[in-house]
Amino acid sequence: MTATAEPEIGRARLRKEDARLITGDTRWTDNIQMAGMLHMAVLRSPMAHAKITGIDVTAAAAMPGVLLVLTGEDVAAEQGSLPCAWPITEDMLAPPAPSLAVDEVNFAGEGVAVVIARSDYEAHDALAAIDVEYDELPVVLDMEAAVADGADLVHPDLGTNKSATWVFDSAEAGTGADVDQAIADAEVTVTRTFRQQRLIPAFMEPRSVVVDPGGGSITMWSATQVPHILRWMLAAVLGIPEHKVRVIAPDVGGGFGGKLQVTPEEVLTLLVARRLGKPVKWTESRTESMLSAHHGRDQIQQLTVTARRDGTVTGLKVDLLADMGAYLRLVTPGVPILGAFMFNAIYKFPAYRFTCVNVFTNKVPTDAYRGAGRPEATFAIERLMDELAVELGMEPMELRRKNWIKHEEFPFTTVCGLTYDSGNYEAATDRAMELFGYDELRQEQARRRESGDPVQLGIGISTFTEMCGLAPSRVLGSLRYGAGGWEHAAIRMLPTGKVELITGTSPHGQGHETAWSQIVADRLGVPFEDVEVLHGDTQSSHKGMDSYGSRSLAVGGTAIVLAADKVLAKARTLAAHLMECSESDVEFASGQFSVRGTGTSTALGDVVLAAHVAHNLPDGMEPGMDAECTFDPTNFSFPHGTHLCATEVDTETGAVKIRSYVCVDDIGEVVNPLIVEGQVHGGLAQGIAQALFEEAVHDESGTLTTATLADYLLPSAADLPHFTTDRTVTPADSNPLGVKGVGEAGTIASTPAVVNAVIDAVRHLGVDDVEMPCTPMRVWKAVHQGKERGVPTTPVAAGGLGSIDAQGGAE
Amino acid sequence: MIPAEFDYVAPATVEEVVRALTEAGEDAKVMAGGQSLIPVLRMRLAAPNVVVDLSNLSELTGVRDDGDSLLIGAMTTHYEVQRDHLVRDHARLLAVATDTVADPQVRHRGTFGGALVHADPAGDLPAPALAMDATMVIVGPGGRREVPAREFFVDYFTTVLEPDELLVDVRVPKLTGWSAHYEKFNRVAQAWSIVAVAAAVRVTDGTIAEARVALTNMGPTPVRATGVEEALVGQPATAESINAAAARAAEGTNPTTDGNADAEFRSHLARVLTGRALTAAVGA
Repeated sequence: MTATAEPEIGRARLRKEDARLITGDTRWTDNIQMAGMLHMAVLRSPMAHAKITGIDVTAAAAMPGVLLVLTGEDVAAEQGSLPCAWPITEDMLAPPAPSLAVDEVNFAGEGVAVVIARSDYEAHDALAAIDVEYDELPVVLDMEAAVADGADLVHPDLGTNKSATWVFDSAEAGTGADVDQAIADAEVTVTRTFRQQRLIPAFMEPRSVVVDPGGGSITMWSATQVPHILRWMLAAVLGIPEHKVRVIAPDVGGGFGGKLQVTPEEVLTLLVARRLGKPVKWTESRTESMLSAHHGRDQIQQLTVTARRDGTVTGLKVDLLADMGAYLRLVTPGVPILGAFMFNAIYKFPAYRFTCVNVFTNKVPTDAYRGAGRPEATFAIERLMDELAVELGMEPMELRRKNWIKHEEFPFTTVCGLTYDSGNYEAATDRAMELFGYDELRQEQARRRESGDPVQLGIGISTFTEMCGLAPSRVLGSLRYGAGGWEHAAIRMLPTGKVELITGTSPHGQGHETAWSQIVADRLGVPFEDVEVLHGDTQSSHKGMDSYGSRSLAVGGTAIVLAADKVLAKARTLAAHLMECSESDVEFASGQFSVRGTGTSTALGDVVLAAHVAHNLPDGMEPGMDAECTFDPTNFSFPHGTHLCATEVDTETGAVKIRSYVCVDDIGEVVNPLIVEGQVHGGLAQGIAQALFEEAVHDESGTLTTATLADYLLPSAADLPHFTTDRTVTPADSNPLGVKGVGEAGTIASTPAVVNAVIDAVRHLGVDDVEMPCTPMRVWKAVHQGKERGVPTTPVAAGGLGSIDAQGGAE
Repeated sequence: MIPAEFDYVAPATVEEVVRALTEAGEDAKVMAGGQSLIPVLRMRLAAPNVVVDLSNLSELTGVRDDGDSLLIGAMTTHYEVQRDHLVRDHARLLAVATDTVADPQVRHRGTFGGALVHADPAGDLPAPALAMDATMVIVGPGGRREVPAREFFVDYFTTVLEPDELLVDVRVPKLTGWSAHYEKFNRVAQAWSIVAVAAAVRVTDGTIAEARVALTNMGPTPVRATGVEEALVGQPATAESINAAAARAAEGTNPTTDGNADAEFRSHLARVLTGRALTAAVGA
C-alpha cells in the first residue's frame, strides 16, 4: 500500500463507473437473460375513468407463445394494495391501490391485464387480442373543479376528492406570529396564483424488472432507486417473508425520483413469476413509461405576501392544491409537504401559514421528482419576491438582500422551526452578480426598452436554499413518514489491503462509486484504485435507505467516514500492540502508523493482515479489521445559492432565448468538483426545461397527449446556454465532511430564475405572468393580449382557493 | 416499442421493388432510411405485412447534373444532399433547408425521397421542393411518370403515389445564382417545424426579379405563398417591400391548432418568418 500523493477529497477525478455505463458494457436490467425466461406485457386502459364490465382473454390466451393471461380479478386475492408510506394526516383518505385494476380504472394507462409469453413480441401481439368492455364514468381532471361542491368523484366511496388537508401555522406552532394579523396590519399586500405544471421524470433508462422465483427464494432485479425500500414493501404488500426476497438494483440509468417507487409492474412480475415458477421479465416502452410511471409537480399555488413600505416582509400565507392523481403511491401525499418548510426560503418572515389540500384526479399518480416539493416552493416565493419588488418599486435583488438571513445570524431558526446551520447569501450573491455583469445587463435592458427593440432583455433572479440530506429520523417520524432517514456503510478490509465499501445508498447515475472511493481513500490513506464500492443488492448491502433527496453524500457519506474512523481506531490499537508502544504515541498519516518521535512505522495494510491472520492480537480483540456504521443525522443540510438568468425575448414570435446563465452555489465542502459540475449542469437543464419546455398535457377525456418524446419536449445541449458556474464554500455544521448535497440544487433554483427573466423582459409591455412552460405562443399572447391574461395584482378573496378554506377545514 | 410481425424483403433493383409492391397490394410499406417508418412500426401505428427495404438500391443514390436541372436520387441521404456541390451551387434552398432537418444521426440515415413520400406537413423538405418546382420521377408497373410537386402532395401524410409505385428521382430545376433561406421555427432543436418558410429570390440590380416562397406546416400539405411572390416581383429588395409582401404570407393557408400553436399564432408566425426568410435571402 502506498500513500496517495494529493488529497482525494476535492480532487476532480474522472468517474470510474463511466466507461462501463457509457459503453453499455454492464448489466442493465433489460440486458439480463435467464434460461427459460418469459416475458410480460401489460394491457393499459385507454379510458381515464370507467367501470370494467367485462374482459375476454380467450383469443389472447390461444395465441402462439402465450402461457398465461391474467386480469385484475385473477390476481385480486394476492396483489394487495400498493404501499403509501407517508400518511400525512391521521384522517388522510387513501383508496385501495391495486397493481392491476379489478373492476374500475382511474387513469388512462392503468394496467387492466397482463400477458405472459415466451417472447416479448408474442406477449405484445396478444395484448391486441384482449377484449375489454368499459362503461365510462365522469372524468375528473381539474383540481379546482374537483374540490368544488357537487364535483364528480374519482373515488365515490370516499365521498370527496380531497385526500387530506395539511396545515402549518407559525402562531400555532409557536415558531412565529399570526399571519392573519400580519395581513390585517400590512402596508403592502401582494397575492399571486401560480401553476406548477405536471412534469414527467423522463429518466433515460425505461423501467425494467426481472424476477427469478427459483431456489426457494425470490430474486428481483429492478431499475429502481430504492432496492431496500422495495424489498421491505414487497414483503409488506404481498406477505412474502422479507428474508426470502432479494432485490438487486443493477446499474440504473437515471431516476430523478421517478424510480423512487414500488410499482405495479414490480408486484405483477413477481406474482406471475411465482405462479409459473419461471423467471419473468417486463420492460416498458417510452410511451408506456410516460403513461404509467408517476409524474411530478402539478400544483396550484396561491400566495399572499405582506410587507412594510420599506420592503421588510411581515408575513406569508400559502394555499396549495396538490394533484395526487388517482392513487397515493409511495410518498405521493408527502411531496407538497416537503415544500411546506421552504416557501419562507432564505427570508426572515415573522409569520407564516401553509395549507395544502391534496386532491384526487383521474390522472397517473404524482410522486417524487427531482426536488420534490422544494422546487415548487422555491419557484413560488422567488416569483412572488419579484412581484413584491415591482409593487414596492424596489430593485428585486435589493428587496431580497433586505430580507434574507445575514451571514452573521447563522445558525438561524426559521419561522418553520428549522435551524439553518450555515450559509452566506451575501457572498454567493456578490460573486454571481460580478460574474453575470448585472449592472451592465440592466443598462442594456434599459437601452432596448427605450429603443423598442423587438428583442427585449430580461434579468431573472433566484436566491434559493433547500433542505436536503434527508433526514433526521425523528423529524421524519414527526411528519408521519413511514421510515427513518439514517444511512449505513460497511468497510471490509481485505487481507491484501484492498478495500470493499458497502453502501446503503443506491446510485443511479450520480457517481457514488467514484466519490465514495475518494472518501475511503482519503480517510484510510489507501489508493483510490484499491477501493471497490458495492451497492444496490440487498444481499451484500443488507441495510440502507437508498438514494433520493440529495441525501447520499450528506448522510451516506458521513456513515462512510464514521465507519472508516472505526477501522482506524481498531487499527491504531493493533498497531500500538504490534509496535510495542503506547496507543497515545501512535500517529496516523497517509496510510502509515508511526511511533511519535521514532523511526518506527507500520503500514495500515500490514496491520490489516495482522488482524486477518490473528496470530498476534491484544487480548480480547476480534480478528479482522472490518467496521460498519449507521448514521442518523441530527439536522438537514441547507445548500443555497444565487442564480441569475438573462433572457432575450423575441416579442414578434414569443421565442425565449437564454443569453447567459450564472449560478454560484454553496453546497459546502466538495468531494469531487467534476461530479458537482455534472450534477449542477443536469439540474439546470431540468429546471430550465420546466420553465420553457416540459408539460404533461391531457385532453378533456384524460388522455395524455404528450406521451412520446416528440410531444413532451426535453431540451438537448443545442437548446441550452453555456452555464457559468461557481461556488462559495460555507461548510455544513451537521456532518464531519461539511457537505450539503448537490443533486437537486440546479433544478430547484433555475426554474424561477428563467421565468422571472422572461417576465422581466416584457413586464413593461403589460405582462406580469406567463404560465409554465413559457412557450412561444404563451409569451406572444401575453405580450399582445397583455393585461387580459395577467393575474390580478390585488389580494383575491373569492373563488378557487379562497373558497376552499371555508369548506376544507383549512382555517 | 415492439413492432407487430412483418415480412421483410430487400430487392436489388427498382423492377424487383415494383414487383414486390404489386404482389403485396395495399399491405406493403417501403422503407428508405427508416427514420419515420421504424418509430411508427415500433409504436404499432402501422402494421404492414411486408416491409420493402430500399437500402440495396445504390442506383437511387447521388446527385446528377441533367442540364437545366439536377436529378437527385430518392435514396440520397440528407447528409449527402447537404454536402453535394451541385446542390449547393444550383439548389441552395434545398441545401439550407436540409441543414435544419432533425439532427446529424437522422441526417445520416434519412433520405430526401423518403422525406418527400412521407409527406409530413411539419417535415422540412416538401416546402423547398414545392418552392423549387421540383418534379417527382415515379416508377410503377405501367412504367415511368413524372408528377410536379404542386400535384404530388395530396393531404396529411398522403401523396399521389399508388401502393405499387416508387419514387426514384427528384428533378430539381436549377436556380443558379439565386439566394435562399429556410427559416424554421420550433421549440427544441430536434423537433419538427411549428411553421417554417422556404424562400428563394433572384435579385438583379437591387430589384427582385423572381421569388419563390413556400410554407411548411401551414396546412395539410406544403403551401406556395403565391401572394407573397406576386407582391415581390419587380419590387426593390428593401425591408419595406419585403414586409409588405410578407404580410400576405398566410393568404390561402389552412393552419391547424396543436399544443405548440393555434391557427392564429401559426398565421402570425407565417408572416413574421416569411419576412425573416426573405430578409436573410436578400441579404445573403
